[in-house]
Amino acid sequence: MGNDAETGLSAAEIRDLGDIAGTMIPADPAFGVPGADDPAILADIARSVGRDLPLVRQAVAAIAAKSVGGFADLDRDGKEALINDYYAHGGAPAVALGRVILGAYYRDDRVLLALGLEARAPFPKGYVLEQGDWSLLDAVRKRAPFWRDDRTTTAGER
Amino acid sequence: MAGNERVDVLIIGSGASGAAVAWSLAETRMRILCLEQGDWVRSTDLPSNGRDWEARRYTDFDISPNRRGRDTDYPVNDDNSLMKIANFNGVGGGTVIYTAHWPRMHPSDFNVKSLDGVADDWPVDYWTLERFYDENDRMMGVSGLAGDPGVPPRNPPMPPIPLGKTGAHYAKAMNRLGWHWWPSDTTIATTAYDGRAACINLGHCTPGCAQGAKASTDITYWPLALRAGVELRTRCRVREITTNEHGMAAGAIYYDADGREHFQPAEVVIVACNGIGTPRLLLASASARFPNGLANSSGLVGKNLMLHPWPIVSGYVEEALDGGRAPITSMWSKQFYETDPARGFVRGYTLQFNRGTGPANEAITAAATGRLPWGRDHHRVYRELLGHRVGIGVACEDLPEEHNRVTLDPVLKDSHGIPAPRIDYAISENTRRMMEHGIARAEEILTEAGAKRLHASRTVLNSPGHLLGTARMGDDPERSVVNGWGRCHDVKNLFIVDGSIWVTSGGVNPTSTIQALALYIADQMKQRLATLFD
Repeated sequence: MGNDAETGLSAAEIRDLGDIAGTMIPADPAFGVPGADDPAILADIARSVGRDLPLVRQAVAAIAAKSVGGFADLDRDGKEALINDYYAHGGAPAVALGRVILGAYYRDDRVLLALGLEARAPFPKGYVLEQGDWSLLDAVRKRAPFWRDDRTTTAGER
Repeated sequence: MAGNERVDVLIIGSGASGAAVAWSLAETRMRILCLEQGDWVRSTDLPSNGRDWEARRYTDFDISPNRRGRDTDYPVNDDNSLMKIANFNGVGGGTVIYTAHWPRMHPSDFNVKSLDGVADDWPVDYWTLERFYDENDRMMGVSGLAGDPGVPPRNPPMPPIPLGKTGAHYAKAMNRLGWHWWPSDTTIATTAYDGRAACINLGHCTPGCAQGAKASTDITYWPLALRAGVELRTRCRVREITTNEHGMAAGAIYYDADGREHFQPAEVVIVACNGIGTPRLLLASASARFPNGLANSSGLVGKNLMLHPWPIVSGYVEEALDGGRAPITSMWSKQFYETDPARGFVRGYTLQFNRGTGPANEAITAAATGRLPWGRDHHRVYRELLGHRVGIGVACEDLPEEHNRVTLDPVLKDSHGIPAPRIDYAISENTRRMMEHGIARAEEILTEAGAKRLHASRTVLNSPGHLLGTARMGDDPERSVVNGWGRCHDVKNLFIVDGSIWVTSGGVNPTSTIQALALYIADQMKQRLATLFD
């Protein structure tokens, strides 16, 4: 079976990637969020692999190699334990895998809305930043200048 | 090879320093040409226009040229450096992707030998540069607040960025500790300024500002320089600076966008390629007359590289803050900037207080530091992190050491076959002690602020892209590459104006000083036009 022209991944690799992504970030009805194996999110993940394809492919292969009897056949606890262990020690491939999955997951409209965020790009609307309490600066204003003036100090002086 | 019409001044590089010197020299009415290997960056192409705004900081707007990999980039072999190189190749250079934090060097930074007995003094001092700092602040447009007792007097033309929830949270902790803090100076416009719109808090300043509120030289100096008659050619990658039979710079050989080779003759050549690109170009310009590289009779071209080790300590507080929806820069502390021998190291550091980050980047950085688990607990923990991040950067001064250096890689080359720079860099014991002191103080502050889940990242994750010291200034031709006003000791019509001429690094973001120096050098050139090569 050939690789998808857009993602560079084979159908089997995308299936395995989906199984891994769904373990890393599972759906949670209590929080009202889909998992990273949701079809739309998984498609975004696959499209986003891009320059990380060799690393992601390495990560998927490494996880498969660590899975006695195959990753898909592990129970949920086994999958999560394997993923957390692999991510902690897997180096650049693990970091790339996490980055690609998280980058796609946390821009999905459903996920952002469930977090109370707006599902939009920052520009052009932007956001509002409150001024904050500038009276907090009063204590600092009372300090005498303490930068070292090289016109008046010598070695070792403050 | 195509021959081009001679120009009076050829500037190589259009970033912070190249733009400033081009603008300043434009009033001479000389024919000035700038060659830039990158493109103009259109505001509509910047990441914050799109829904993939966070992902693009890891792809085409990554700070690492190796990761970014645009065809306008050159590779850097930084395998033998704990700190990885950050830069940007395009009109505006590194100012396109900097955080716009805008501290100046302190007066003491120019006299470290006299004051602290280490490294060397600069051939210029703060007070000589002061009016150029001021001029540059007006040109770039600085927001800040006068009256800071931690730094020499200055008057930013715009009010500071609001404290917001995050800044106020830090401020309360700092006041309880009795330590200095002040709202940071920044080149993010807080009001409409010289054609730029005010900041609307896109929250994503580093990979370019779609609003145009952040000052990068493509929108500050360059429009004025172009209007004054300076020519800027993009996608022109310089291979070498050539010299004539008198040992003077004759011009430069470059490749255009179509890969065609050109020779550009010039009366004066100004190099503005940053602390990595400049020594690379000088070393690549070796010839029979200059066998060790151009302007390198001292042997110091490429040596004394300083990168500003920049640990970041982060944590999470219970209060919901405003990270990701405002500029990352918030405030600074100069409490530990000046030397105190009791600390066990010389020199010091600035503490830089940051706001949090966007949803994807929060997850990516929290997972990378082991604070966000995978699996069933992911969502619960994530909700305790997003919008609750606090973080302090420790901007450490690293002193010049000759073994920290840029050389030409014997194997790696760019797309035109020009040798890539190789970086050899190690952190000194003095700097390590400084880093650990700063990390401990940052942890103390964050603990006082009620933060939990503290994590300190010491080097690799935090390369600030401050590239300094590899063609240092000085009065002694045996101990420096350029003189006190930027002219190469060995080649009297060759000038260097970027961060490579720094003698020491200070403990601050360097762009304001790089540009003040560039304006100072341009001013010196203008004053000496009749005797420039004497």
